[in-house]
Amino acid sequence: MQLGEKAGLKPSKPMRDYFGEAILAVARENPRVVVLDGDLGNSTKAETVRQAFPERFFNIGIAESNLVGIGAGMASCDLIPWITSFSSFLLCNAYDQIRLAVAMSNLNAKILGSHGGITLGKDGPTQMGIEDFALMGGLPTMQMLVPCDPVSMLALVKVATDYQGPVWLRSSRVAAPYIYETGKVDFKVGGSEIVRQGRDVTIIACGIMVAAALDAAAMLAEEGISSRVLDLYSLRPMDTAAILTAARETGALVCAEEHLLVGGMGSNVARIVSSGHPVPMRFVGLADVYIESGDPNDLLEKYHLTDEDICIAVREVIGAKEMAGQP
Amino acid sequence: MKEKIETVQNIPALKDLARELRLDILECTTRAGSGHPSSSWSAVEILTALYFGGILRYRAQEPLWPDRDRFIMSKGHAAPLLYAVLARAGYFPYEMIMQLRQVGSPVQGHPVLGMLPGVEATTGSLGQGLSLGVGHVLGSRLNHRHYRVYVLLGDGECEAGQIWESAMSAAHYKCDQLTAILDYNKFQETGPISREMGLEPLAEKWRSFGWHVEEADGHSIPDLLEKLHGIQEVQGKPQIIIAHTIKGKGVSFVESDFTFHGRALTPEQAKKAREELLCN
Repeated sequence: MQLGEKAGLKPSKPMRDYFGEAILAVARENPRVVVLDGDLGNSTKAETVRQAFPERFFNIGIAESNLVGIGAGMASCDLIPWITSFSSFLLCNAYDQIRLAVAMSNLNAKILGSHGGITLGKDGPTQMGIEDFALMGGLPTMQMLVPCDPVSMLALVKVATDYQGPVWLRSSRVAAPYIYETGKVDFKVGGSEIVRQGRDVTIIACGIMVAAALDAAAMLAEEGISSRVLDLYSLRPMDTAAILTAARETGALVCAEEHLLVGGMGSNVARIVSSGHPVPMRFVGLADVYIESGDPNDLLEKYHLTDEDICIAVREVIGAKEMAGQP
Repeated sequence: MKEKIETVQNIPALKDLARELRLDILECTTRAGSGHPSSSWSAVEILTALYFGGILRYRAQEPLWPDRDRFIMSKGHAAPLLYAVLARAGYFPYEMIMQLRQVGSPVQGHPVLGMLPGVEATTGSLGQGLSLGVGHVLGSRLNHRHYRVYVLLGDGECEAGQIWESAMSAAHYKCDQLTAILDYNKFQETGPISREMGLEPLAEKWRSFGWHVEEADGHSIPDLLEKLHGIQEVQGKPQIIIAHTIKGKGVSFVESDFTFHGRALTPEQAKKAREELLCN
């Protein structure tokens, strides 16, 4: 069963391919865009710019600290650097540089953390980026964007490029099906989008978990449960109004993310909900373990990131809502 | 586009200025009750030569002048020196440096980009400044600007891997507009470098990384000026001036005691230091 199949979504290529298209589009549109690579441009697909605009592409090599530092220096020159590599290497190796040279300096640099989550699969836990939401969350000026499909990838790379200030964006190795139609949604920093309307519960998700949430919603509909699905593509700033509206109108929330539960999207949603409009919540994400090599679908199943896992969480949270006597 | 800036050309005047800067550093760190006066004092002549000896092109009244030469203080703990120099160069009122480390003041313990005019980078986590310098050089090429980039390195931070990553990339990209100056005072936080984590043979290391290397007496303004002029002729290679310095230079009881790294002088010690600096 492929992601989005139950919801009838149109299949697509891997997310990284659309990043390649997106970065090429912004480089073509804006001559101030430069791309810095940590010798993984063929995997992140940042290399599309190398072919089209070689003078604006710099492979800094396997030296992430220097990669970020050079990017920050170029941002100081009124250029718009996209600093690209795997989330695991870039964020973990160069966190200090991202913190001082980019975030604290509030420079107009963009950071691509590719191969986010566990769905890079067979290369195993050393390459997986399961802590990127938490790490970037620790940088107060860093805006955080997580596309969920080809259309949002293309749109959000442009949104990030046009935004004045530091932005991080997650990309994935896996294919996520089409959720949006081109040009129908106004993506923005701080935005979110209801991708399915519902009354009984809201599933708040980002990245590939949006498609899983839509699959779950299709399954739950057969049980008579009406699920809203909110694509929370902007993790900073978070769309507080949409989250609280969902809490008020549906009375129960499930958060689903391809990330550690600790320090992830759900923990931040819970902070907003508990202080704004407390309702029962459940969380689908990674427990405190390191993952292993394997086929992405097998891993999603083993580590409980499937539509089935979301359905279980929804049934639980609706039970809790009824127990609490909420409408 | 060459910018003519007014500089003090005669050496005695530059020496007087260096003494004033030492006093500034003493006053602001003593007032703050913390800071790194000894690490600042070791690089006083280096910054005097750069900012007031006609090397750096800048416009204090137009801090973001696109064609300005860049100066990046990679050893961010020498912030008091940078602030004193920028104040005396006219970037902001002199009185501001006395707000060092106070709540609500922009004069941060270590430099933060955007807080004060003339500060080109956020530094203080060591090892980062040279990469920024390479970025400025690559940026200048894309922007068709012809400025030079100077980075002041500490010796202790040359223990950091990022310094050598950036050294490698500067040579790879033939950054001949990039000059590093190494304040080689031979001491790091906890002791002599040779004892804690030896750097030698340092000149050979830089040479093997593809850099043009010069050595200088880091307290001789004429020697520094000569080297700073000389390296501008180097083509196709980044350059480093290894400036041999004395940590705490100018105050005898600080020079002889490396434990002064990272602490200010007491008011009594400051009084003694002030007298000594004024006598010299």
